[in-house]
Amino acid sequence: MSDTTPGGPGKDPQPATHEPSSPEIEATTDSTSGFVRSPAVGVRKGMFGARDGGDTSGYGGLVAPIVYPGQAERPYGGWYDVVADSLEGLVERVVIHRGEITFHVAREHLQNAMQTLRDEQRFEFCAGVSGVHYPDDAGRELHAVYSLLSMTHNRRIRVETTTPDSDRHLPSCVATYPTLDWHEREAWDFFGLVFDGHPALTRIQMPDDWPGHPQRKDYPLGGIPVEYKGGTVPPPDQRRSYS
Amino acid sequence: MTDPYAATSTETTEGRVFTVGGQDWDDFTDELNPDASERVVVNMGPQHPSTHGVLRLILELEGETVTEARCGIGYLHTGIEKNMEFRSWVQGVTFCTRMDYLSPFFNEATYCLGVERLLDIEDQVPEKAQVMRVLLMELNRISSHLVCIATGGMEIGALTVMTIGFRERELVLDLFELITGLRMNHAFIRPGGVAQDLPPGALDEIRSFVALMRKRLPEYAALCNANPIFKARLSGVGHLDLEGCLALGISGPVLRSAGYAWDLRKTSPYSGYEDYDFDVITWDTADAYGRFRVRLAEMEESLRIVEQAANRLADLEGAPVMVADKKIAWPSQLAIGADGMGNSLDHIRHIMGESMEALIHHFKLVTEGFRVPPGQAYVPIESPRGELGAHVVSDGGTRPFRVHFRDPSFTNLQATSVMSEGGAVADVIVAIASIDPVMGGVDR
Repeated sequence: MSDTTPGGPGKDPQPATHEPSSPEIEATTDSTSGFVRSPAVGVRKGMFGARDGGDTSGYGGLVAPIVYPGQAERPYGGWYDVVADSLEGLVERVVIHRGEITFHVAREHLQNAMQTLRDEQRFEFCAGVSGVHYPDDAGRELHAVYSLLSMTHNRRIRVETTTPDSDRHLPSCVATYPTLDWHEREAWDFFGLVFDGHPALTRIQMPDDWPGHPQRKDYPLGGIPVEYKGGTVPPPDQRRSYS
Repeated sequence: MTDPYAATSTETTEGRVFTVGGQDWDDFTDELNPDASERVVVNMGPQHPSTHGVLRLILELEGETVTEARCGIGYLHTGIEKNMEFRSWVQGVTFCTRMDYLSPFFNEATYCLGVERLLDIEDQVPEKAQVMRVLLMELNRISSHLVCIATGGMEIGALTVMTIGFRERELVLDLFELITGLRMNHAFIRPGGVAQDLPPGALDEIRSFVALMRKRLPEYAALCNANPIFKARLSGVGHLDLEGCLALGISGPVLRSAGYAWDLRKTSPYSGYEDYDFDVITWDTADAYGRFRVRLAEMEESLRIVEQAANRLADLEGAPVMVADKKIAWPSQLAIGADGMGNSLDHIRHIMGESMEALIHHFKLVTEGFRVPPGQAYVPIESPRGELGAHVVSDGGTRPFRVHFRDPSFTNLQATSVMSEGGAVADVIVAIASIDPVMGGVDR
């Protein structure tokens, strides 16, 4: 099985909506809100998606860093601290956004953290893993996001781990949560995440001999132009996008 | 350029090769292996009428006993999640409603709840929109459970259950058509509210439907609950206890049939479910019969909720159904014209003839859409099949950066092996019907 992305139906991969982060944007402390801002993972430029001149509005010169919610600081409040205490030493950072808590865990601690959460904090139920591809998050391009639920305490958390694109390995958690069997296969299928220790890491949605991993950002959407009443509508990934 | 799908050499390097060239079949089978056991591998599907759509089952049989059961899925994969990354946040609803085609409102609702959480407008969604969401979701739960019971009955030969199930489902679809304009693929629940207000006369139709269903639901109970054939086919089949359910991440009626009253409408209420009076149904047999009884009783509970929602809607006549923030609310209005539902002529007159600013606003919001602050959200809801959630990730743009749907059909289908292995091949059908997988949701 080839691991490369196919050329697609004769066109370039989707145009990048933002470019790699510039080095001057670093982590800063926001004195007003009290949490540490995370470094930008990209820069958004312009406004109307026009990149080849012709923009007379002046908005084409806009530059805005893409910043995700930053690290929360203790005390997190309520049961968040109880769960965080049990993961002491395993967690890189904790993000609380819109009332949802996310524990960022390095991949070498993932199995340990999941086991602890299930056995000590009674997170009996795992709602699966969702892969996310951040092509501009250098060294952490691929994220695997687990959603855990404690039915005993009625608590819900997220555990997030990352891998660089050059080394897409992370440990499988099927031994802790057997439900992850198909979910990890799906993440492998769509993102190329290799879950070491999975009992049978094969493709699940795409055909077995499919080249590439379709939900990565560098994989083209595909599609053909459609003619309708004399006009031609380009495929969705070649239409104007608003940056 | 090499073709990655070109045929490769057909020569195998493993096992014996048999060439069937028109000789006598008995001679051929004798030659195969005189002391072969009765071990047979049967491919059931992906086009078998009893597998709930394009599900492929790979069954290893020893006589009539299933020794190994595996699922092959992906035959209905349409790349909806990927496609949503190339459309605006509102257009995403049009895609995700098509995933689990028996419960479209749930797909829309969980996606919209996620987007609303990222937009931080959860508290601003008007009450009428919340009540309409609950009303539609509960009607949808009834129609989805009806299909489950109907097809499950058909698969074991209970054709009357099928015909009456689809008869009642049609009534629900008629209500959907009245309220949203479509029987399926509604795209009616939108970020910030719902697409439009209830049409005149809808509440009367809903009330007469509830009254009719109160008469008709006992028919299912009379037909099935104590029917000896029905019970013989379903009791003790597809057994999965609570430990098994939790390990495999099973939720919904399968989990409740194992005796655990876990229902997200009660444990983490959304859309105002805490204001409705209803019970969580459980059963204690953890088998296909228990799941049937749970679904049947859940339809009664859904009728109770529909009734309460209809009463609340009667007091909310003329209230807004979309968030007041004009930067988010969809500007276009729909109306019934001579040729059916379409753009409201009043709205078109307004933007084309009266207000340049309204035209710009309409154009900006419809083509570009609104921006959603960076972050991620997961707001699960209780779909007819269990926990349905959308992991919504935004990078601050006008399009979803990533939307992943945790579909209960996908997860619950993992229980196929543990439910069917060791049983008879005929019970595989019953076990899968009791999971109620919808392949549109499994494959997305």
